[in-house]
Amino acid sequence: MEISKEKFRHVGINEEESQAIVRPSITYWQDAWRRLKKNKTAMIGLVVIIIMTIMAIIGPMMVPYVHSDTDLSNTEQPPSREHWFGTDDLGRDLWARVWVGARVSLFIGLMAALLDTLIGVVIGGISGFYGGKLDMILMRFIDVMIAIPGMIFIILIMVIVGSGVVPIIISFAITGWLGMARLVRGQILQLKEQEFVLAARTLGASSSRLIFRHLIPNTLGVIIVSLTMRIPSAIFTEAFLSFIGLGVKPPMSSWGQLASSGAAVLRVYPYRLFIPAFFISITMLSLNLFGDGLRDALDPRLRK
Amino acid sequence: MEAKKLIEVKDLKKYFHVGGGGVLKAVDDLNFFIREGETLGLVGESGCGKSTAGRTIIRLYDATGGEVLFDGMNVHKLDKNKAKEFTKKAQMIFQDPYASLDPRMTVGDIIGEGIDIHNLYKGKERMERIYELLATVGLNREHANRFPHEFSGGQRQRIGIARALAVEPQFIVCDEPISALDVSIQAQVVNLLIKLQHEKKLTYLFIAHDLSMVKHISDRVGVMYLGTLVELASSTELYKRPIHPYTQALMSAIPIADPDVERSRKRILLEGDVPSPINPPPGCRFKARCRYATDICSKEMPEFREIGKDHFVACHNV
Repeated sequence: MEISKEKFRHVGINEEESQAIVRPSITYWQDAWRRLKKNKTAMIGLVVIIIMTIMAIIGPMMVPYVHSDTDLSNTEQPPSREHWFGTDDLGRDLWARVWVGARVSLFIGLMAALLDTLIGVVIGGISGFYGGKLDMILMRFIDVMIAIPGMIFIILIMVIVGSGVVPIIISFAITGWLGMARLVRGQILQLKEQEFVLAARTLGASSSRLIFRHLIPNTLGVIIVSLTMRIPSAIFTEAFLSFIGLGVKPPMSSWGQLASSGAAVLRVYPYRLFIPAFFISITMLSLNLFGDGLRDALDPRLRK
Repeated sequence: MEAKKLIEVKDLKKYFHVGGGGVLKAVDDLNFFIREGETLGLVGESGCGKSTAGRTIIRLYDATGGEVLFDGMNVHKLDKNKAKEFTKKAQMIFQDPYASLDPRMTVGDIIGEGIDIHNLYKGKERMERIYELLATVGLNREHANRFPHEFSGGQRQRIGIARALAVEPQFIVCDEPISALDVSIQAQVVNLLIKLQHEKKLTYLFIAHDLSMVKHISDRVGVMYLGTLVELASSTELYKRPIHPYTQALMSAIPIADPDVERSRKRILLEGDVPSPINPPPGCRFKARCRYATDICSKEMPEFREIGKDHFVACHNV
């Protein structure tokens, strides 16, 4: 076939059209959500977490028993139509106790994680943003704190302040912010030398504008992932403390404390350990899977 | 009449402390001025302190010594209000179009940031102004709601230019604005910069390492070597009659777009590498690689003196 000049036609170029972007505009969070939805395990984790949360709210209302009411004529019942998870040695309904325990465990996990994230972000942010001597002092302090096992701190605080939900949350927050502070400091240090931050400074942006408009939004992904990973570890630490008798005290209930009393009668009534242990495991697993998926979804280096 | 000097840089120094007590002299005794409405090109190889000089002039870094006068006032000695005013008059365009736009902000907010900081416009007027700026740099108004990652390198660089223009500055430091771009896009961005200069009477400090591009855009060109200027002249003069041995070597490296001439082009090859700017020895910075070096070169720093009209050079042997 011959290619001649006449077969070509000059169509020109439309400036306006050549600059147009056809792809629909999506924000960073929409994009992350789109990627998260594709991750099946993370979505299963999310669904389980949502179910757990809903059950923690409505679970105790589904039965006509109160978690702390004893019924001495109905002690040590196996699971039945009246008592779905059975009763304990004082005749308290275990279904009610498991879901009230879920409230306590989830609440402690969430609050402890939020509180230590807040402390960590503030201290890490200050350290990274202002740098210099202040940064030196704060980081050496964190180095010293990290060298001491956190559990010793927690047990010490619980022994001095006493047990209960609030002391648990406070002691977790005091020991848990160190890693978050380091993480945020590293991010801020890296970000503040980026050209878009320099550009904002050239435009005369104040420190608070730099921090809240540029630095924090760009660190948020990392902070959220770290937060989701903190929740299961706080839940587990609470369960551990209650198991060794330092955490939540009866008649109040928590998963760790239910497992503790269940372990005592493991040979006779194994379900009394297995039920709370199952919920602890599945919640931690779901949170970890969800956190993993979230990390993949928010990490721009994995952007396709 | 000669235009007034908008920027005067006098003995500007910027040192960084490095580990082990060393001092990195990134910028050392820099002297030049920029007249209103002109473009001063600043060239030099990587690590010679071009970008540091630009950032110190725009106050992103504090100067270790010397002064930068903008319209007669020392920019490093401003009080808070004056400093904010200065950020409205002097702006910067950055090198990396991928790192210089905040990925979490829409293009409209990026461009509008200067407007917000200086409270120039509000509400509907603000949006109108952003659309106008987008149009100025050749983008559509629909782009205001999009995010930086949706744009190409050249488009992003134009967004960066629009951001700098938002506060209606008189002076813009262009820190290698084209070195990260594709060659075909380079011309587009440079021509936009030239067009804007004519329309808005802008003054540029144009930092680059592409010699032919610098010649194209600059009225005068300064050559930097290890933190200091070795030669400064009008661009035609400098490219036709380079005097400093380093400038001569640089000029001989420009390819010529004529195969016959190109074939006979003789390159001056420099021996060795750029010495480290950490604790440099006294004397001329270039002596270790200079063909004409004599005794005096290792003892005294050559003075930066005017040898012809507007032609400055720092060399003992001229």
